[in-house]
Amino acid sequence: MANPTTPEPTRRDFLYIATGAAATLGVGLAAWPFIDSLNPSTAVLAMASVEADLSAIQPGQQVIFKWRGHPLFVRRRTPKEIAAARAVSPSDLPDGLARNANLTESAPATDANRTIKPEWLVLVGVCTHLGCTPAVSTREAPQGSYGGWLCHCHGSDFDASGRIRKGPAPQNLAVPPYAFIGPTKIRIG
Amino acid sequence: MAGHSHYLPKTGFSRWLDQRLPVIRLVNDQFVTFPTPKNLNFWYTFGVILTVMLVLQIVTGIVLAMHYVPTADLAFGSVEQRIMREVNYGWLIRTLHASGASMLFVAVYIHMGRSLYYGSYKAPREILWILGVVLYLLLMATAFFGYTLQWGQMSYWAATVITSLFTAFDQIIPHFGTALSTWVRGDYAVGDATLNRFFSLHYLLPFVIVGVVGLHIWALHVPGNSNPLGIDVKGPQDTVPFHPWYTVKDAFYLTLFLIVFMGFVFYAPNFFSNPDNYIQADPLVTPSEIRPEWYLLPFYAMLRAIPNTLLGVLVLFGAMLTPLFVPWLDTSKVRSCRFRPVMKQLFWVFVATCILLGYVGAHTTDAAWHLGEVDIPLVWLARLGTLYYFAFFWALMPWIGKTEVTRPVPESIAQAVLKKGAVVAKGGEQ
Repeated sequence: MANPTTPEPTRRDFLYIATGAAATLGVGLAAWPFIDSLNPSTAVLAMASVEADLSAIQPGQQVIFKWRGHPLFVRRRTPKEIAAARAVSPSDLPDGLARNANLTESAPATDANRTIKPEWLVLVGVCTHLGCTPAVSTREAPQGSYGGWLCHCHGSDFDASGRIRKGPAPQNLAVPPYAFIGPTKIRIG
Repeated sequence: MAGHSHYLPKTGFSRWLDQRLPVIRLVNDQFVTFPTPKNLNFWYTFGVILTVMLVLQIVTGIVLAMHYVPTADLAFGSVEQRIMREVNYGWLIRTLHASGASMLFVAVYIHMGRSLYYGSYKAPREILWILGVVLYLLLMATAFFGYTLQWGQMSYWAATVITSLFTAFDQIIPHFGTALSTWVRGDYAVGDATLNRFFSLHYLLPFVIVGVVGLHIWALHVPGNSNPLGIDVKGPQDTVPFHPWYTVKDAFYLTLFLIVFMGFVFYAPNFFSNPDNYIQADPLVTPSEIRPEWYLLPFYAMLRAIPNTLLGVLVLFGAMLTPLFVPWLDTSKVRSCRFRPVMKQLFWVFVATCILLGYVGAHTTDAAWHLGEVDIPLVWLARLGTLYYFAFFWALMPWIGKTEVTRPVPESIAQAVLKKGAVVAKGGEQ
């Protein structure tokens, strides 16, 4: 005890700190099961991958499947729609990235980068603004100005490639991870 | 002001109890003889009104929980079919609970506005105010969870939009926001897991609120009530006992409040609700227009006023947390707006701004006001309103507090009350 105001650390001080640290670590470890229990359960994860049969979908038609609780758009595009979507340069788009889970994150938003087979456009039907489901534009009931989808919540307008063209959505509609397991059959997730 | 106790046990049993658990003494000192400023007006009755409303929400909620089924398949039917049509008086209990939530917020906003106007948050009542803001945040969370439980379209999509807010943090740490949102939902989209945990939290939080209300009243009873003059109590001549003076006054205004409340319950049970919520939740179809309950509309307007999602979310949380700092943002030495001519006007502009933001929040983003030839887009009104909201707290409050010329403050509550009485008496003689 050279200086009475700053006493030398004793073995008791060490024990206090060691006990406190062990208790904190223990509480932290014990908290983890409670925190992780709130993550998706195995039953939810089991449904994370689904298969969809596309054979009944007609050209120009969209069918909505359900994937991970979200709507999944599968649209069989007409040659005209594909041509219109290909005519757009990614540099002219609000979001220049493909947002395709099957490609790298920096892939540009060309129409070719948005599909595996040009005829089949597969998208997560969740508006990238605040999560609403955009309405599809068909020949009978056109929506928006770009022939794709229009989100009625806040007016985001998407083209026939699911790319944002006008409105508050910050990103193109996401392309989920999927693969063709038959000529007209896909597995998503 | 808590002072020493005047309680004298009269019977043998109360003497015996007083030495073991002085609970009668506590009630007597805090709610019977508690010295309360003489000059509390109508606006000070909302504390008691809120307490009664909270108890009513808990009682109706516990009964509703006995009939409600928190699963995605059955929730909507258990409310609309079972509770509203089959359970005896279920329609009444459910309507009391649903309208009661809105009435609770009416009272909360008046109670907070009163504190803001009379400077009740200033020293030595900072903790009291902060606990009040904490209660407000807890109430908003509880109301949001409760709104989800009906599992109508508006419930579902409100839950989706609110839990989507977390995805904005992807812009700071990639994938973190999405992971957080999935964790909150317990699924990739709002579903069974989400509904179950929201039900659990909706049952838990009211009891947390009761605990914080206890602290809030404790923090109130240390310095005692503020009052419309904003001056300190100088002695017994400035106060009256809480009972019967304020028990009667509070009971009177509580009755008026309950009459208005019952008016809604019996004559306009859907006044506060959205028709879309009578459609069962459908994860594949979004209603053409989604909006939160009215008491969250100003914050919703702020969120939508900002084009960048992350910035919008930060503004939203910033707006909700800003009131916590008010005791230190207001630099004025005078508490009450009665003696603060500039602050008084800024306060009313603030109230108008909140109403304007609420109005904008209830309309679509592309809506506009048509004034003759000119179109005023509502989104710009929301931006102006958001700007004033933050400027009011973070710039005007500190600045006006230092520069404002305040009017003279009375010597004491008793003097001000007697002077007013003398004027009335004199007027009566003429």
